[in-house]
Amino acid sequence: MKVSEQWLREWVDPPLSSNELAAQLTMAGLEVDRVEPAAPPFEKVVVGRVIALMQHPDADRLRVATVDIGQAEPLQIVCGAPNVAVGMCAPTALIGAALPNGLDIKKSKLRGVESQGMLCSAKELGLAESSDGLLPLPANSRPGQNVRELLALDDSIIEIELTPNRGDCLGMEGIAREVAALNRCEFRSLPADEVPATLNDVFPVTLLDPADGPRYVGRVIRGVNPAAETPLWMKERLRRAGVRSLGPLVDVTNYVMLELGQPLHAFDLGRLTGGIEVRRARPGDRLELLNGVVIEPDTETLLIADHHGPLALAGIMGGEISSCTDATRDVFLESAFFTPASIAGRARRYGLQTDSSYRFERGVDPQLQRRAAERATQLLIDMAGGQPGPIIEAVSPEHLPAEPAIRLRPDRLNKLLGMAVPVAQVEDILRRLGMAVSIEVDHWLVVPSSSRFDIALEVDLIEEIIRVYGYDRAPGNRPLTRLEMPLQPEGQIRLARLRETLVQRGFQEAITYSFVDPDFQQWLDPEREPLALANPISADLAVMRTSLWPGLLKALIHNQKRQQTRVRLFEHGLNFIPEGGALRQESYIGGVIAGSALPEQWSVPVRPADFFDLKADVEALLALTGEPEAFAFVAVVHPALHPGQSARIERAGSPVGWLGTLHPRIARELDVEGDACVFELRLAGVQPARRPTFGELSRFPASRRDLAIVVDERVTAQAVQDVIRQRGGDLLREVWLFDVYRGKGIAEGRKSLAFGLNLQDFSRNLTDHVVEDAVSGILAGLAEQFGATLRI
Amino acid sequence: MDALPELLQTAQAAIAGTGDLAALDQARVRYLGKKGVLTERLKELGKLPAEERRQAGQAINEAKQALETALAARKIELEAAALDARLAHEAIDVTLPGRGQRPGGYHPVSRTLARIEALFARIGFTVAEGPEVEDDFRNFEALNIPPHHPARAMHDTFYFDAHTLLRTHTSPVQIRVMEQQAPPVRIIAPGRVYRCDSDVTHSPMFHQVEGLLVDEDVSFADLKGVLDDFLRCFFERDLAVRFRPSYFPFTEPSAEVDIQCVICGGDGCRVCKHSGWLEVLGCGMVHPAVFEKVGIDSERYTGYAFGMGVERLTMLRYGVNDLRLFFDNDLRFLRQFQ
Repeated sequence: MKVSEQWLREWVDPPLSSNELAAQLTMAGLEVDRVEPAAPPFEKVVVGRVIALMQHPDADRLRVATVDIGQAEPLQIVCGAPNVAVGMCAPTALIGAALPNGLDIKKSKLRGVESQGMLCSAKELGLAESSDGLLPLPANSRPGQNVRELLALDDSIIEIELTPNRGDCLGMEGIAREVAALNRCEFRSLPADEVPATLNDVFPVTLLDPADGPRYVGRVIRGVNPAAETPLWMKERLRRAGVRSLGPLVDVTNYVMLELGQPLHAFDLGRLTGGIEVRRARPGDRLELLNGVVIEPDTETLLIADHHGPLALAGIMGGEISSCTDATRDVFLESAFFTPASIAGRARRYGLQTDSSYRFERGVDPQLQRRAAERATQLLIDMAGGQPGPIIEAVSPEHLPAEPAIRLRPDRLNKLLGMAVPVAQVEDILRRLGMAVSIEVDHWLVVPSSSRFDIALEVDLIEEIIRVYGYDRAPGNRPLTRLEMPLQPEGQIRLARLRETLVQRGFQEAITYSFVDPDFQQWLDPEREPLALANPISADLAVMRTSLWPGLLKALIHNQKRQQTRVRLFEHGLNFIPEGGALRQESYIGGVIAGSALPEQWSVPVRPADFFDLKADVEALLALTGEPEAFAFVAVVHPALHPGQSARIERAGSPVGWLGTLHPRIARELDVEGDACVFELRLAGVQPARRPTFGELSRFPASRRDLAIVVDERVTAQAVQDVIRQRGGDLLREVWLFDVYRGKGIAEGRKSLAFGLNLQDFSRNLTDHVVEDAVSGILAGLAEQFGATLRI
Repeated sequence: MDALPELLQTAQAAIAGTGDLAALDQARVRYLGKKGVLTERLKELGKLPAEERRQAGQAINEAKQALETALAARKIELEAAALDARLAHEAIDVTLPGRGQRPGGYHPVSRTLARIEALFARIGFTVAEGPEVEDDFRNFEALNIPPHHPARAMHDTFYFDAHTLLRTHTSPVQIRVMEQQAPPVRIIAPGRVYRCDSDVTHSPMFHQVEGLLVDEDVSFADLKGVLDDFLRCFFERDLAVRFRPSYFPFTEPSAEVDIQCVICGGDGCRVCKHSGWLEVLGCGMVHPAVFEKVGIDSERYTGYAFGMGVERLTMLRYGVNDLRLFFDNDLRFLRQFQ
């Protein structure tokens, strides 16, 4: 809402500067976005009257005007404007004037003819975006008068960002009432004079859906002069409110809307048939709107119709067929109340947002219609003549919004605010806001003004009181409370610990969008149909991720394209996995690595990171569970991964995640440089942890044996190690793989695996004999299971 | 044959002149070994007359002891010299970088979330979470935003179908918590939220932290106190905070909270649009209609709720000037927050 300060001060004139007023409004909940001058600065522009005009001798499109500026000598000014005419008054920039568009007016010659100034358009004075000629000033203006003074341009425009609850402030009157309440100062209301009818003409109005449209005020006005001009003062006020002037009929309806907050509509009476019906749309109804769009309204939509068919979308936009034109002389004026519920959402449904729907959605004062119609009639007659008929009013009182009587309890007020507001203040504030306050035994009974749709409950009154009393006057209390110690389950790894582990291992945390490119999603998880947004922000952010990989890989590519050759990124967040008609939203943690295994450094040879580098990171995460041995990496093919370098991670047999090298074909498709390895873990699968339990330490020395055995390539290290553990029995404390060898001395298709074994007993020193027995048992098992032989 | 004193002198000089432990050992053998000079002399004592034998023996033993002392001393000296030499040889350039992996770091938004969570945890708030694909009821209706409410126009909502959407704020977590838990409730709910809007100052995904406290006798003054403290602790500055009336359908009274601009100190700059104030929070007292939706008696209980934008706080805290940087995940950006 753009408020001309001058206009506002006609209603209410508190002793505050513009900035103080703006600050006061902001602190009362009417947030001022900016305060701007109504016109850019310029000086030395005065009223000039064209007293003679002749053709420029050397230019077809220029004329030479003699301009009276109230001085003894008139000026000679060359002018190219099409509308320049003898007798007109126009802004005249004198020599030495500096115009807002950067033009400095100097004495000059135009095609050989001296020009002693410039006649100006509205655009040249910074008063319009575009102009097609000189700005005509009232013909009775005094030549020589400063144009800033004449147009009262030394005004500020206060732009207020209204919250949706304050529909009552969508008119000057509402804001003025608010300012008066805040400053305890006088509020000059508009004269509420009735305009007497000079015709008997009426036009019938029927409310067919009174629940949605309970009041409709209309008036016939005949004989309006279609050639009349909107007076400059009104044009200026409209301009300052950001509304374009479109001729007297539309201007009057807009002006009264800005003034009182009541949207109005003017129909061309000659194009109406029978009578007005306020009704819901019926199947088959069609309506061409003023903007040229043809709609077929659904039966939820409230229409203004005549006996012939739809005329307007009630409270939203008029129709083309009944609109006023340049030739309209007879008018039917509409000033109606539609309930917020009947308008809310409708405009948007038809892709519209109008000043009218904006107001009705938020609530227009249901008592305002008659006053607004009188006001508009008066203005129109003053501007364009015409004969008004009597006011026509159709109303369904039981459907008008009820005026609630709200109970306000002092103790509730003080308890909710945490402070005591003096009783006198409470009553004063409510009354200043136009509410009727009566004092009962232990509470107040408050009836808000009909313009305040936002006040229905006790808390609404409490807010009004503290809003006007001042939020800054409420104290700030520190919490005083009974604290209960929450459980910290030790059997659950905190996400923070998982993340910290990755950070310590060189990963940088990323946060990527939860919606991803459908192509990425399809390449990386082709077997699942992702959840698609109905209204994505763009085609490449259109589906919900089922995996963290699309986002992480996009981030990888972003960095690779910026010369970051070594990337280690991780992310945690929800994946959105459709499953059997339902949606599983579950937390995952995942990562990607690419480039060298370690940062390039002076004593470590550069080596590209591979599966096993990332596996170490994953193992570090799994180790936090206290039972890394519960996890297995099982060679399973995944569509996004290299078929020979892909592992499903299982915990006690159930899948908890994946680890692998990105499939080279997908890497090429996505434009990933080199190999990238990725992992992803379901948090619920890795967070459960074993609580440590103490185990006795042996007092006897341990004995180490190394075993190098030769097995077929297809035998996995894990399988061999499982057999070693199983056969090693109680004595075997630890087993670890320390070498894998192929080549000289080992047959083609076989490999040598070297394990370190630690054996120890709790009750005795181990003799060689006992150790040898254990080792032979292990070897026998390996031979039996895998045909393994000892490497010689 | 030399007289003993001369012999001793020669031997001591020889020991002192040894250059390493091997030479020192040779010197020891030469004088004190089985066939060493002094050992030979001792063997010859028997040839002396008995009355001289005792005195001569004593002199030889004294000389022997003196040599042993000299040997031991020289040994210590030589060992020290050898160690010094080795250490000198082993000297390294300590300015060379350490070997191995270098640590990574957290995303700046995470960093801010962690700070916010830590501050509220200290005064008894626990963290609650909720789904991001949310239903219309919990995102809007239960928060007193019925269909077609003008406030919905301010939430550019991503929809999946008529009833399912991406949550536009973390406020639905309030509803989920109150549906599950009877008062007292004291939670914060950090998380991702989504609005269908993308330009220089809007990201289609961003983060909020919601706070909710419901108990008997909770007042607007309590809300002011906790947010005042929070903002001063978050910015580690004694900055001016103001509460300005505003409107949210799910709180009444409602407020926006402004802080004195942390960039210009309140003098007015581009960031605060020359107002000296920065809007950082929305808050208010829980609306009775919300309590009604979750079955909490609004006569007995009152509560406050607040919500803050994490990216905005992060930008103000660290001086980040472009919202879009948060989701590019450019390493050159992320590494600045290690």
